[in-house]
Amino acid sequence: MAKTLTCNFCSQPATVHLTKIVANKVHNVDLCEDCAQAKGVTNPGGFSLGDLLLEASLKGEASSGGGGVRCEQCGFTQADFKKHGRFGCPACYDTFAALLEPMLDGMHKGTRHAGKVPRAALERKSLYDRLTKLELDLTDAIKSERYEEAARFRDEINQVKQAFTPKDSA
Amino acid sequence: MTISSLIDTPSELTDSASSKTAIVLMTRIRLARNLAGRPFPGWAKPAQRAEVLQLCREALVEATAMKRSVNVAVHELSDLEKQILVERHLISRELSGSDAGSGVVINRDQTVSVMINEEDHLRIQVLRSGLQLKKAWNAINDLDSALEQRLDYAFSPTLGYLTACPTNLGTGLRASAMMHLPALVIGGQMEKVVRAVNQLGMVVRGLFGEGSDASGSIFQISNQTTLGEAEDEIIKRLQSVLQSIVEHELNARERLLEADPGKVFDKIGRAYGILQNGHVLSSGEAMNLLSLVRLGVDLGAFPDGHRQVIDRLFIEAQPGHLQHAQQGPLEAGQRDLLRAERLRSEFANLTRPNFTYPAPGKSVDGKN
Repeated sequence: MAKTLTCNFCSQPATVHLTKIVANKVHNVDLCEDCAQAKGVTNPGGFSLGDLLLEASLKGEASSGGGGVRCEQCGFTQADFKKHGRFGCPACYDTFAALLEPMLDGMHKGTRHAGKVPRAALERKSLYDRLTKLELDLTDAIKSERYEEAARFRDEINQVKQAFTPKDSA
Repeated sequence: MTISSLIDTPSELTDSASSKTAIVLMTRIRLARNLAGRPFPGWAKPAQRAEVLQLCREALVEATAMKRSVNVAVHELSDLEKQILVERHLISRELSGSDAGSGVVINRDQTVSVMINEEDHLRIQVLRSGLQLKKAWNAINDLDSALEQRLDYAFSPTLGYLTACPTNLGTGLRASAMMHLPALVIGGQMEKVVRAVNQLGMVVRGLFGEGSDASGSIFQISNQTTLGEAEDEIIKRLQSVLQSIVEHELNARERLLEADPGKVFDKIGRAYGILQNGHVLSSGEAMNLLSLVRLGVDLGAFPDGHRQVIDRLFIEAQPGHLQHAQQGPLEAGQRDLLRAERLRSEFANLTRPNFTYPAPGKSVDGKN
């Protein structure tokens, strides 16, 4: 016998059932009359099923607990995410990776980025990271009186710094 | 340059209608971008928001696409100015209600607007009249690459551009088209279209985005997902959905004319009569009447040039624009009188409709 579905938002018996198919995967949202009204489901074109699915999956998560993970960068917590449906900072994507992963599956066409890559910004970052590391190496080498190595690090630092200055032809 | 001079300058949205924009009025693409290592606007402290605003503004004034642009902080704008920018699709309702530390940069012909500290640090938007997804993408891609020279974007190789809301992850791209679909609305087929479009991973919204109604039979169709697909694939998919909606609308028009041309012409003729002679018009009613006259232009009952007048009036009949023209706030009742007055004077000079009934036994496009 079919079990009675309950509303994803308030646990009343559900009478409105929405199905969305993304990339051949089926995603369901079940709602009671009142929540369907409140979410604007009855108004075609006036609501976003994507947001609704996100909200519903967050409600489900909330009851299953999940501990008090906190983003070290910005202090954002899992509870904050459940409340706002938005993250606190870019680093939250690492902090809450476990929470995010199952959600992404239903939300998008795939789970891996396939589009544009900010090449200039990434190159700048990798140069910057390299510079930071070289400067640390240099300080270390000087401290422990490894002067030959220190000279090599200094040369490399100069090279990296030159790469930072944009060339006219670029 | 100030907001009010911007409003009085010809723009892509209000001044470029032609037969090419008959069903797809305009195309928009937006990219969501954030700066690495900084909290998203909704979670940032005021000082952090101010820093991001400063950084983004500095990068934007250097970009060639933004030469001679308006560059304002949202809290410097009056409520009326904000409303006008929303009505022109240059800022979102969310930005217009945001706290200190948000801003917008808009270029002169209003084809590019960049919101700073809306939901994401940057919401870049490019707008083109008619169906021009590729052109809009090329323009926004260039601007984005120029900004990237100066700004460190938050990016992950696996998740793409990191956004405040995971629904925008990946490309951060939302491409949308504003479509005029009167025959599908009259024929009661819109619900079916919305369902079919949803199945294809696209979303249908009203004229002013989520939750707004579709007055004037104008709808926005956009991609729902942003991750797992390259930008040009998203655009290609949207393009083919849009083309198929255009075909459905054209078929629906043909069927309406075949079934009962008198009824269609009656609707259009009455709309013309009310716009030319009415004295009280709400924004919603005005939109619906203008929409019918626009259909009349498409069907050849009015000269092609009328389309541009109507598209401009779609925007200028909105409450914010009316109050700007009147140079003062107006109550809803006064607005309806003023709107009717404005439309009467515009329509006094528009030629009467000239309807041609299809010859019996022949369909409208001349095929049998």
